[in-house]
Amino acid sequence: MSLPNESDGPNERIVVAMSGGVDSSVAAAMLVEQGADAIGVTMRLSESESRCCSLEDADDARRVSESLGIKFYVANYADAFSSEVIDAFADDYLAGRTPIPCIACNKSFKFDHLLERARVFGASRVATGHYARLKHDPDTGQARLFRGVDREKDQSYFLFSLSQEQLRAASFPVGDLSKHQVRERARALGMGTADKPDSQEICFVPDGDYAKVVERIRPHAARLRGDIVDESGKVLGEHRGVHRFTVGQRHGLGISADRRLYVLRLDPREQKVVVGDVDSLDCGEARVERVNWIAGAPPSEAIRVRVQVRHRHQAALARIVPGPNDTAAIAFEEPVRAVAPGQAAVFYDAADDNEVIGGGWLLEGIP
Amino acid sequence: MRIYLDHNATTPVRPSVAEAMSDVLRAEFGNPSSVYEEGALARARVEAARSELARLLAVEPRSIRWTGGATEANNTLLFGLLSPGDHIVTTEIEHPSVAAPLALLESRGVEVTRIAPDETGCVAAETVLGAVRSDTRLVSVIWANNETGSLQPVADIVDGCRARGVMTHSDATQAVGKAVIDLASVPLDFLSTSAHKLGGPKGVGALIVRGDPKLPAYLHGGGQEYGLRGGTENVAGIVGFGEACVLAREELADRLVRYGALRDRLWAGLQKRIDGLRWNGDRDRQLLNTLNVEFEGLAGEVLVQALDLEGIAVSAGAACHSGSIEPSKILLAMGRTPEQARASIRLSVGWGVDEDQVDRVAEVLGTLVPRVRAAEAP
Repeated sequence: MSLPNESDGPNERIVVAMSGGVDSSVAAAMLVEQGADAIGVTMRLSESESRCCSLEDADDARRVSESLGIKFYVANYADAFSSEVIDAFADDYLAGRTPIPCIACNKSFKFDHLLERARVFGASRVATGHYARLKHDPDTGQARLFRGVDREKDQSYFLFSLSQEQLRAASFPVGDLSKHQVRERARALGMGTADKPDSQEICFVPDGDYAKVVERIRPHAARLRGDIVDESGKVLGEHRGVHRFTVGQRHGLGISADRRLYVLRLDPREQKVVVGDVDSLDCGEARVERVNWIAGAPPSEAIRVRVQVRHRHQAALARIVPGPNDTAAIAFEEPVRAVAPGQAAVFYDAADDNEVIGGGWLLEGIP
Repeated sequence: MRIYLDHNATTPVRPSVAEAMSDVLRAEFGNPSSVYEEGALARARVEAARSELARLLAVEPRSIRWTGGATEANNTLLFGLLSPGDHIVTTEIEHPSVAAPLALLESRGVEVTRIAPDETGCVAAETVLGAVRSDTRLVSVIWANNETGSLQPVADIVDGCRARGVMTHSDATQAVGKAVIDLASVPLDFLSTSAHKLGGPKGVGALIVRGDPKLPAYLHGGGQEYGLRGGTENVAGIVGFGEACVLAREELADRLVRYGALRDRLWAGLQKRIDGLRWNGDRDRQLLNTLNVEFEGLAGEVLVQALDLEGIAVSAGAACHSGSIEPSKILLAMGRTPEQARASIRLSVGWGVDEDQVDRVAEVLGTLVPRVRAAEAP
């Protein structure tokens, strides 16, 4: 297998993961403009129709590829995606976690399976329509990952788990643009995808009803029942499975109370949903596992960073203490609300809140 | 210069076919149903083509019904002949243009018995005949399968069916022009074929209808094609089909030798360079132009795409609308696992393919296969 090619030069053969959406369409167009020998590939991740991999979207990607004069293929990964991502998604919910399958998809599909195919095609890199930026540090030879210029659309959170090898084989052409600029470019190029609505965060849950997906994958989940209790253990109501809840959730509890109640914790073993006041959601600390350090190795001592505990979260100042076996302890300077196990805690540089330092998977938030 | 090794999907239109069609399109616009000279000329062209297809298959010209392709021929026959309560014997290795109409008819009350092939992709005549009952209306068996090229014992099946008074049909789309089909010695009742598999244009085919079965009109209109298919004839397409039949008749003996030699040279080239190969089929009972081969431990989809980038056209399985690829139902019916089916690709030679090209394909595959296997390795 050839080594990743870091050159951005003209004529470089590069595979573009094309979803049929506007971001990856413009990413492909930018690479073509730069003279790259781009090959469009739509990943078919689900046999059933879903937002990110419908036939219609594949056709959109095909049309864009045709108009750019580049080759286009569909890569079928439905079986692997089902067992590696969708099943894990269901099991995470059943274990009381709130999963983000997009991160696993980026790591295992776009920058693993698709990268392998790219190498078979004689390409050494995969480009995507992610709003994130990469820089190559000439001193260390390492890749550095930054937020997209458009902070509203920044997707670096979903890329924290990529290894150095993966980052060196990645390209994010739209990371330097705002969403507005991307749409302008698409319109200027006459792309039919210019005004397509933004995709949902989870492609295989097209209607947002993730509990239905969990119950389809793991049918026993449909029969789960349990109690909703307050912090003292007092039963306030019943529920139909912890997989229907997320830490921090307020709506849809199905109980009436004289105050606003939030989901504080999920106990899958006892099938208990613990609710309480908003103040009880505050966490001063958190623990993460499967930590990935973008530089490739943990820092030798504790570091001060900003930590983002979910996609839409203003990163908060914290101290990270690297632990054994790829774990780390996070101590927030100010309490952070609603730290949900299963989400990612992504570390950004403390000064500018811009460069991704690393990240890990949340085991628990600690009051 | 690209190398086209997917002649079972479609074939390049032969120059003399394009010329004959071009003459019609440019100068002879008459409607064959018109009584004046322009019409008479068009009628003469259509009937001359009918004679050519008749000669190629050794049937009477009046048994030929032009259609819009083999899919239409198959649909015309199956929906015309079968009613709820009827029984049909067919195989598990039919082309979708037979399999899909039968699945629909089955949901409407037609009883369908599907005979499985052996591991080489052939059904046994005895098994097919053993499934025939007193109420069997039709036996339909593909002449040569499109994916593996496997030849079916149509002559023996037809003999047995005639002894039992049961009508027979064969979808010979893949075989016409690539195998000897002598209907003078094989008294089939119905046969389907298509022009674009033998150097003719797309969009024209034929249903051979022998004897005097009561087939209702498929397209209602002006009563063309002996009342079976209303609509002004596709004159240029039919003329192109006729010319393709002339070429097939003249070249068939040579094709059998040349295609077989190219295919065997390709196989030898692959065997020399690549381990873990399996020929899906039986080389003594299949079309001479077809090589369906499993490359153990890889995904044929990747290989097809990588070959395309190298300028080589081959196919894997049946491409669905989105371009993604399902494991071949034909290979599954032959007992292959889904993984084995996904690891298989079809290489089919034809007009314009030469020894240098198949050597190049073997060489490229010799480089690509280890690369794909390494990438796919867990």
